[in-house]
Amino acid sequence: MREAILADGWHVPAIPLGEWFNDLVHWLDGNIGPLFDAIETAVQGSLDGITSVLQWPPSLVMLIIFALLGWWLRGWKFAIGAAVGFGLVDSLGKFDSAMQTLAQVIIAGIVAVLIAVPVGILAARNETASKVIKPVMDFMQTLPAFVYLIPVIFFFTIGPVPGIVATVVFSLPPGVRLTELGIRQVDKEMVEAGEAFGSTRAKILTQIQIPLAMPSIMAGINQIIMLSLSMVVISGMVGAPGLGAEVYAAVTSVQVGAGFEAGVAVVVLAIYLDRLTASFGARSAVGRAKRLAKKA
Amino acid sequence: MPTVRAEKLYKVFGRRAEDAVRRLEGGVTRSELGVPGVTPAVIDASFEVEQGEIFVVMGLSGSGKSTLIRMLNGLLPATSGRVYVDGADITAMSGREIREMRQQTMSMVFQHFALFPHRTVLENAAYGLQVRGMSQQEREAKARESLDLVGLNGWEDHLPDQLSGGMRQRVGLARALAADTDVLLMDEAFSALDPLIRKEMQDQLLSLQAKLGKTIIFITHDLNEAMRLGDRVAMMREGRIVQIGTAEDILNDPANDYVAKFVQDVDRTRVLTAESVMSNPVATIGSGAGPRAALHTMREHQYSALFVVERDGRLVGVVTDEAVAQAAARGQDTVRDLIGSDIASVGPDTPVYELFAPAAESRLPLAVVDDDGKLLGVIPRATLLAALGQTVKAAERVIEEGGAHGAEEVAADA
Repeated sequence: MREAILADGWHVPAIPLGEWFNDLVHWLDGNIGPLFDAIETAVQGSLDGITSVLQWPPSLVMLIIFALLGWWLRGWKFAIGAAVGFGLVDSLGKFDSAMQTLAQVIIAGIVAVLIAVPVGILAARNETASKVIKPVMDFMQTLPAFVYLIPVIFFFTIGPVPGIVATVVFSLPPGVRLTELGIRQVDKEMVEAGEAFGSTRAKILTQIQIPLAMPSIMAGINQIIMLSLSMVVISGMVGAPGLGAEVYAAVTSVQVGAGFEAGVAVVVLAIYLDRLTASFGARSAVGRAKRLAKKA
Repeated sequence: MPTVRAEKLYKVFGRRAEDAVRRLEGGVTRSELGVPGVTPAVIDASFEVEQGEIFVVMGLSGSGKSTLIRMLNGLLPATSGRVYVDGADITAMSGREIREMRQQTMSMVFQHFALFPHRTVLENAAYGLQVRGMSQQEREAKARESLDLVGLNGWEDHLPDQLSGGMRQRVGLARALAADTDVLLMDEAFSALDPLIRKEMQDQLLSLQAKLGKTIIFITHDLNEAMRLGDRVAMMREGRIVQIGTAEDILNDPANDYVAKFVQDVDRTRVLTAESVMSNPVATIGSGAGPRAALHTMREHQYSALFVVERDGRLVGVVTDEAVAQAAARGQDTVRDLIGSDIASVGPDTPVYELFAPAAESRLPLAVVDDDGKLLGVIPRATLLAALGQTVKAAERVIEEGGAHGAEEVAADA
């Protein structure tokens, strides 16, 4: 008997996981299709709006705006770097594509932050929620992006919307994690001080925990934006216009030069957004306090 | 009426806490309980804190004192027992009532200051009032007042991270004072500070207390601090209160070997006051008495000098045997002209260590007088030395009475 099992190569009975998931996706599409349609309309609408705003001024004007923004948030060196970088993008003829990609990153980033921060706060304040959310986040982050691209295309038509939805799913987890971590790391005595003076839990959250967790939350937002950018090529594959689509087109037609040019434009955008969002943390109240303390 | 009263308070951490309480009530000690995962932090604590008193809870780390103080304002719910604040049972209060109680009657100062780094000193000090919903203008005016009280005017716009440890804790104190509550909980408030700064803060707390008359519950692991600040001290060990009394009670009459061993290293000259070592002023005469009567009293008590007091008890001066004998020989009928003013007098609250210098300079015993000049007692040099001698005696007694066991325990707890 034993030998027979070994010889036969005994296996755990097959679980029709794929079939179940397939059924689930079809059921969702059939039953809450109108919800997906609404999401698509909303995302597409706001994306069109932001894209047209970003593309409306001449590229030189946008370049100056980017440089000024960088000057205000980080200083003149960064402003010069931004001007040179976006100048390069423009000279490569990728400025319009870059603005399309930027608009997608902005939308995906805003949606992800709006979901990630409240979920992170919930996880920080509730042990049960934390235990449920943690594996879900692990799952979302480690499941290969292509895998959830399939049902997403199923729910939405080809175009930028499935790309943005997939981007949100992929970039959400670090935002949630860093928000939870930031709030949990707030000194217990600070929270106790709030309680001891008779403050409510909600006020303690808004007046003490969130301000003190702000550097960590900002690091989470920075991560969300970086991961959103890393998804542009995959978005390009499902029909989102912009730099990602150009890279994808270059890959499929083996155009080394065109692919490199689009890639460089992505890098410029990524570095600019990274440095810009990193400076938010330093500008928060706690960041300011730390800087002052160092000077003293 | 007591401001804060604890009645059979228990706090047990872990599962099945109520079972553990029942067993502890039956007289089981903390180490005998021995259930893994169940930690009794406070066992059967009962005490009353009177209005305007500084009540110190003293114990080593792990004795349950921090847990105890957190049950007084409900930061930790009691497993069993009751806490009354101004007569109201806070263990039965709703969350909202308890928040109101904290806003109105009880504020807190923390060991590591717990200042908000993103708020200025002024905003920190105004925090309690902000929670109460006071307008910005009003609360900042009040916060400025309390920053003035602790000597921090001029620092309002700084951030906590720019201040030294002692200054930060002053902000912590100002925040609690600004809230204008009757009761102040101070959890190891000075323990994180350097010894010199700590001493300074203790002095400041005492002088503020003389001005404000708050009810203060002060937690510490520093016995000297406990003795210095406490009107009464509760000694805690392994979750139980082993003795409650004034510093002198505890020094002179320790409840058990543990306390005796604990207090033997205390510098008694800093705890004991003139009042506690003085003896009755038997060697006195009225200012109207004659020299013969004075001589008689001197012979009777074998004194070479007498304190002269008025009818209402006020100390007027001193007469010496030589002067009295000469006057008696001359046939004078009153000592009034002989009274010298060469007396060293001290207040009843003067600590013993401040008595040595005047005692050394004066030929006569020290006179202890109150604020009205009334003679309360005298301290001959011999009494002063005997008061010091008691320290040695108490320590010897502990060691003789199988104190080796007690010594081990103290070492283990430390």
